[in-house]
Amino acid sequence: MRATTLDNGLKVLVQEEHTAPLASVWCWYKVGSKDERPGLTGVSHWVEHMNFKGTTNIPRDQIKGIIEQYGGTWNGYTWIDQTTYLETATRDALDRMLFIESERMSNCLYHPDDCESERTVIISELQGGENDPDQLLDQEVTATAFKAHPYQHPTIGWLPDLQTMTRDDLYGYYRRYYVPNNATLVVVGDVETDEALRQVERYFGRIQPGGSLERLRTVEPEQTGERRVTIRKEGTTGYLKAAYHAPAATDERFVPLVILDAVLTGAKGLNLWSSFRSAPPQRSARLYRALVERGLASYVSGAIVPTQQPFLYTVSATATEGVPLASVEAAALEELDRVAREGISDAELRKAKAQLKARLVFDNDSVTNIAHQLGYFETIATVDVFTSLGSKIAAVTCEAVADAARTVLSASNRTVGWFEPETTVKSQLSSLKAQGSTLNGKG
Amino acid sequence: MALRVESSELRVGRRGLNPSRAVLDNGAVVLAKEARTTPAAAINVSIRAGSICDPPGGAGTTWLLSRVIDRGTAKRSAADIAEALDSRGITIAIGLTRHIFSLVSICLAEDFEEVLALLGEIVIEPSLPEREVETRKGEVITSIRQDDDSPAVRASESLMALLYPEGHPYGRRTKGSIELVESLTRAPLLDLHDRRFAPAEVSVAIVGDVDVSRAHDVAGRVFGSWQNPAPPPIVLPPVPHAASRQRLVVPMMNKAQADIACGFTTITRRDPDYYAFWLMNNIFGQYSIGGRLGDSIRERQGMAYYASSSLDANVAEGPLVIRAGVSPANVDRAVASIDEEITKLITDGVTAKELDESRRYLVGSIPRALETNAAIANFIQVAEFFDLGLDYDQRLPDLLGAVTIDQVNAAARRALHPDRATLVIAGPYADASVG
Repeated sequence: MRATTLDNGLKVLVQEEHTAPLASVWCWYKVGSKDERPGLTGVSHWVEHMNFKGTTNIPRDQIKGIIEQYGGTWNGYTWIDQTTYLETATRDALDRMLFIESERMSNCLYHPDDCESERTVIISELQGGENDPDQLLDQEVTATAFKAHPYQHPTIGWLPDLQTMTRDDLYGYYRRYYVPNNATLVVVGDVETDEALRQVERYFGRIQPGGSLERLRTVEPEQTGERRVTIRKEGTTGYLKAAYHAPAATDERFVPLVILDAVLTGAKGLNLWSSFRSAPPQRSARLYRALVERGLASYVSGAIVPTQQPFLYTVSATATEGVPLASVEAAALEELDRVAREGISDAELRKAKAQLKARLVFDNDSVTNIAHQLGYFETIATVDVFTSLGSKIAAVTCEAVADAARTVLSASNRTVGWFEPETTVKSQLSSLKAQGSTLNGKG
Repeated sequence: MALRVESSELRVGRRGLNPSRAVLDNGAVVLAKEARTTPAAAINVSIRAGSICDPPGGAGTTWLLSRVIDRGTAKRSAADIAEALDSRGITIAIGLTRHIFSLVSICLAEDFEEVLALLGEIVIEPSLPEREVETRKGEVITSIRQDDDSPAVRASESLMALLYPEGHPYGRRTKGSIELVESLTRAPLLDLHDRRFAPAEVSVAIVGDVDVSRAHDVAGRVFGSWQNPAPPPIVLPPVPHAASRQRLVVPMMNKAQADIACGFTTITRRDPDYYAFWLMNNIFGQYSIGGRLGDSIRERQGMAYYASSSLDANVAEGPLVIRAGVSPANVDRAVASIDEEITKLITDGVTAKELDESRRYLVGSIPRALETNAAIANFIQVAEFFDLGLDYDQRLPDLLGAVTIDQVNAAARRALHPDRATLVIAGPYADASVG
């Protein structure tokens, strides 16, 4: 991999991969929902949507089709620390991919009609998420776990903010954060590095840098007692979450915590773009045996994600039909408290390392996934954090895992959330009605 | 053991996947493709034993079998299998479609032999322990209850039941009902396995950092001695084509967003018009963000986060399904927009530019679609199932290239019409017309 920085501050990472005639370009911005102030929650994500709606040199109706003509795909996502855009297509599309990203960095239009039209699209996205009780619970648990830090609000934003945000809010945010000195461009694939860098310079070199960015500097105060949140809502299934404040990606306890999670719920890998697409190897994991094998839960998972600042380690479980959430919680906390007291065994450490070794290989099976990893880690920390993961995992000891477990998995550092389904007479009637009584021939 | 090997490499000089295919004496098919991209391999074992194999009155039996089959074999306990998987950092993804029961595992190349041997044991001699059956039943029942609470699932399952009525296997709920699952025991699962799992129904695809000859050798050792007579084919009932419009509302007033599913029965995968249907669907509801549907409902009107269509031409005439998730206030407008787009498509047809763009996209996306071992393994399994040939990836551009605009427009007229649409709305929406 070659790393360089243009005069305007744009960081560029290029890695040649000649396994398929493809190239993947990702443009990363160090801006996410943690950079939003109250009243503007969701602005980072909405800005991401607006940046697909035409630029000075790409008319709105022509933005679609440029990459598709090379058989390519494009997308973007926003999360707490970052906003990113990608294209993956045949290698001859590299010039077009760089052109699109350079336009996105400096020339997006933000037509008022488009801003209004996108407001309802985003509210629809929010409501679609709220249809899922597990997602609703996750949002509430995160908001409860953080008192001060902006990691507390959902990336999609709170509904009242989405209803009132203006075009000027969006455009001002775009102009402030979409500058080369706040971005990383990643190119991976069947490319020649020197030529790729020349093309990058041609498209991005002329873009003026922005001023220095003032960042919110909020440190979440230490949690001093367990917090709880219960959502009682019409539904069919109970969900449980236990969230613990957890170290950032650069903290020395982070990798031991990744090992700890593998012991508890199976190794997931560390690729936010691809790891969730396949289930973790977890049948011998402690929480799987304690909850799923005993029939208390139909599903259990753990999530420790690399973040710039301390975020959360969250354990989630779905209660088996007929099992009270209190039973699921008691069994889960028993295991979590035990590992905090006793640590893990040598055999568990070996197994967790073998799992992570395999997952790191599987995480890098395409140019898209490789490019994601380089840009993701450079945005939240440095790319070195990614390239050193293998050696850091290999060096983890049982003592380091025990230390991470002891300091993270304490009751006073925990937020417990329940989604407790309520079955009402009304919902039963709805269900009966749904079985066919409203079938008719009208359109 | 004799192998009949036919490699497309012998017949076609052009570059392509060129998987190597062998048929074991017992009828099992082995497909192998070497790919050195990563030190890993994807193994895909597909059995023609999908949910259409559910016994009469036993919808959901195959699904429960798919949840239990990897929880013990004649030689290994569930705990042994758990250890074998977890110590290598791998999982077995067990999938069930209407026609295929599949086990897919991605492993490090160094673990390939042991993992294939394990998959073979699971497919050939699962023990289906009573205790495991009971535990997995609890999981399936919970999953059915979750589906009951999901507008997306309710809309899609209700649509399939209306499109494929009277017990047609395509219209049945794959997971079955809670009552049926509660009543299931080990015996019907064992019986289903005995009747439907046979070497002649199996194809094994191995793609990755493994020599082709070694892949064939190992697969031959694992599956070659298995004997079980081929089951009789399952004859699917004819698929009715709707003669009038139907509409079903599934009220779920506790939800924030409504899911719309609108569908039509279409064609079989072997229909000569398949590629015209594929291009038509791409233009209508796929290209870029949801084709014409996405352009209208998401981009121009801002009504939905998603709006698209999908085509599932299958052994029997599969569905074309239009999906959109919208605010309850916008349901009627979204339905009107879907009808409008259907009407425009069947009346005015597609443009030459649209056809050219979709064709270029689909042909150009082949290298990307075949980048990973798992994707290649899936592709060659689909080609095997539908008998598309070992050189299908090389012929595909010409197959798409030969489609004319008239054929695409004829496909649209054949498949779609607002007066024949079957429409389901699930979510916080009450149908005023029925009170």
